[in-house]
Amino acid sequence: MLNVIDSAVPVACWSCSIGHNDITLFCPHCSKIQPPPGGDYFSVFGLKPRLNLDLGVLEHEFHRLSRKLHPDRFARAQENEKEWSLADTALLNDAYRTLKDPLRRTEYLLKLEGAEIGEEHSGKDRKGQKDPSRVPADLLEEVFELNMQLEEMRAARKMGEGDAALEADLCKAKAKFDCLMAAVDIDLRGQWNAWDEGEATARQAAQEKMVALLDRRRYLSNLVRDVTETLGA
Amino acid sequence: MAEGRVVGIDLGTTNSLVAYMEGDAPVVIPGVDGSNLVPSVVALDPIPAGGGRPTVTVGNSARKALIQTPERVIYSIKRLMGRGVEEIQSELKLFPFRLSDDVEAGEVPRIQLGELRFTPPEISAYILRQLKRNAERFFGSPVTQAVITVPAYFNDAQRQATKDAGRMAGLDVLRLVNEPTAAALAYGLDRAKAGTIAVYDLGGGTFDISILKLRDGIFEVQSTNGDTHLGGDDIDNLLLTIALDEIHAEHGVDLRRHPGAVQALRKAAIEAKIQLSTEAVTHFDIELPNGDRYQREIPRAVFEQLIEPVLERTASPCKQALADAGITPEQIDEVVLVGGSTRIPAVRQLVDDLFHLAARGKTPQIKLNPDEVVALGAAVQADILAGASKSTEELLLLDVTPLSLGIEALGGTVARIIQRNSTIPASATEHFTTGVDGQKNVAIHVVQGERELAADCRSLARFDLKGIPPMSAGLPRIEVRFLIDADGILKVTAREQRSGLASQIEVKPTYGLTDEQVESMILDSFDHAEEDFAKRLLIEARNEAETILAAVERAPESAAWPMLSGGEQAAIQVASAHLKAVKGGEDSAVVRAATLALDQATRRFAELMMEAAVSTALRGKTMDSAGEEMGEELTAPHPMAAAEFK
Repeated sequence: MLNVIDSAVPVACWSCSIGHNDITLFCPHCSKIQPPPGGDYFSVFGLKPRLNLDLGVLEHEFHRLSRKLHPDRFARAQENEKEWSLADTALLNDAYRTLKDPLRRTEYLLKLEGAEIGEEHSGKDRKGQKDPSRVPADLLEEVFELNMQLEEMRAARKMGEGDAALEADLCKAKAKFDCLMAAVDIDLRGQWNAWDEGEATARQAAQEKMVALLDRRRYLSNLVRDVTETLGA
Repeated sequence: MAEGRVVGIDLGTTNSLVAYMEGDAPVVIPGVDGSNLVPSVVALDPIPAGGGRPTVTVGNSARKALIQTPERVIYSIKRLMGRGVEEIQSELKLFPFRLSDDVEAGEVPRIQLGELRFTPPEISAYILRQLKRNAERFFGSPVTQAVITVPAYFNDAQRQATKDAGRMAGLDVLRLVNEPTAAALAYGLDRAKAGTIAVYDLGGGTFDISILKLRDGIFEVQSTNGDTHLGGDDIDNLLLTIALDEIHAEHGVDLRRHPGAVQALRKAAIEAKIQLSTEAVTHFDIELPNGDRYQREIPRAVFEQLIEPVLERTASPCKQALADAGITPEQIDEVVLVGGSTRIPAVRQLVDDLFHLAARGKTPQIKLNPDEVVALGAAVQADILAGASKSTEELLLLDVTPLSLGIEALGGTVARIIQRNSTIPASATEHFTTGVDGQKNVAIHVVQGERELAADCRSLARFDLKGIPPMSAGLPRIEVRFLIDADGILKVTAREQRSGLASQIEVKPTYGLTDEQVESMILDSFDHAEEDFAKRLLIEARNEAETILAAVERAPESAAWPMLSGGEQAAIQVASAHLKAVKGGEDSAVVRAATLALDQATRRFAELMMEAAVSTALRGKTMDSAGEEMGEELTAPHPMAAAEFK
């Protein structure tokens, strides 16, 4: 999966017929736009997969490539170039959206590495899955209590009653889980250097830690969402 | 010019405009009558004496027909674009749309106009064709390419319907641009600056809020939100309801039973609203059918209290947009106001509060005319696409999709595949498989919206992946690629990966026209005869001349004629004689100039006729004939009220 850049196979440019590395949006010889290259999101920006990114540089590069690729620049071009401009820009936008967000970037890179992680960080957006089996051990007791309180709150709401004390408890619980999530984010960042700079074994260890942290984060994020929904209902 | 010009079009609920880039500044192109705004009103003329298809008129002349032949006139068609019969029931209560009765659920609604039926995109196509003609007349050369604006919060079907309308009008729609984004372009053009701006766009029928980051000529939309059913119409309805209730209570007259009178009263309500933007108090003074007078004073403070709930509805989209962009109000450097309703002082106050402007020594940006700024921005985008101009070569617009795209999953929940506020073009790839051995088809339901259940979202389309090679359940791996293009419109492709076969895909949009249907609705091919352009201009000019001459011919029979001074009558006769003398000539410009002169000479006469018709309607004399067809409900907006300020 990794090092796609090295495994690139030469293909001929549709316009000038000179062969080039297939991880390129433009022909290095005639500068014409090319069909979407086969690489990963990092290679769109000419980067090797890594977790520490300079977001200013990334944005600058995003804007530079947008100016050259965007369908607005090909409004009167021939059909094939129009089509590739659309596909290339979609790839660029998808790549930028994923890489600029620390969490999405981490998930994406781990998936590139073949790690099995639950789909996307906000479980809410995926097929309604709630991951009930993976309660982090240190949270078992609190989660049990929280679920009871949520049930109670929903029941009270159904009866059209408010319960100020219960509401305060839930707010407190939400604040706590928010804190725990922020802690996970810090821990995740802590693994970035190990992955980016480390040797193979250190890298493997960092990867496993990050997968576990992402699981925990997803769990917490679902809890916070449940509380927010119940309070807001 | 090799490829002709690209024009920018604002296809509005109430008014439409066409603009182009003159050198390095966008300019609105005036219509035949010299006015920049073309009312989005379409009328079907009576069937010609010799038989054949009746002609269609658009704009001010169509608006005039509303009083005499309301059953042959339609307005506010934008509200029906891209919507199904089931979806528009609420609109039907508010507007005098007459649906053809043979439309089935799931079909594109057809509107009965006189003896003919039209789909909403066809009606919009007539408006677009008028704008196209106005531009062609102005340039003296054909115009075939355009950028058209749509509300940012328009969904896929509404966008597709707008594009279809362009095609029917003989326009190659190079791009759909979101209205608030277009406004930002118009503002950003002369100031190559960096910063974060919010565009607050409250029009006649829709509300949009967009937050953009400007940097080195790149306009990057961070987030957008809105409400496609919130605008000046809602404010008019409030004033109207009060007037109707008070008239009923105080004078025992129930005007609700007289749609013609309701229309006239609405006109008065709109005028009162407009006046309250500049005056501290306004007066209603209306003669009722029983001879009583309804007199009412409305101080601005009362008006503001009244409309507060309506204005408050714009607050939550603004807050959501800020949250989605991940910024606080203090981080907004500038707020641009767009749409006629932003002239209301209370709206400006609300914007000030929402974005903490006064506290930071700022005021909302209102330098450009809020009725024209969207069209001006569309012209800038048109120039960017034409790619031939120095003034816009550094500009680039990066817009977002306003609504999340999802697939209906098991249990009716939504699996979101492209999040709202993703920069477009955007794509997502999903894999599907079969649940039964030997299954050959897989059905996919695509929805748009933010709700958890598919049933609560807007259904976009149902796809059937066909021709899957027979395999054990779960074995086929069908890759489906969803791509939202730069117009915000979804495209889908699919292939089965194990067999390598490209899956056949049958896309059935939930609401929309098929390619063939659009093709069959393309307005007369006359428009495509570019080689005969000069001839066409002449024919059009002569047609216009005949239309106005026929109207002037009948003028002396009108009750309004004696109200003109002798001088005014003489001026009309002189202009009319001049037009008759020149209309046979070969120069379309001469014929047009004479037509315009006659139009100017009859302007006051036309106003008098309009006033007479309105007050007749209000006194109930012709209510049964004029009013009946205009819709039973009290809230039908009055298209005669132009959003203009004296």
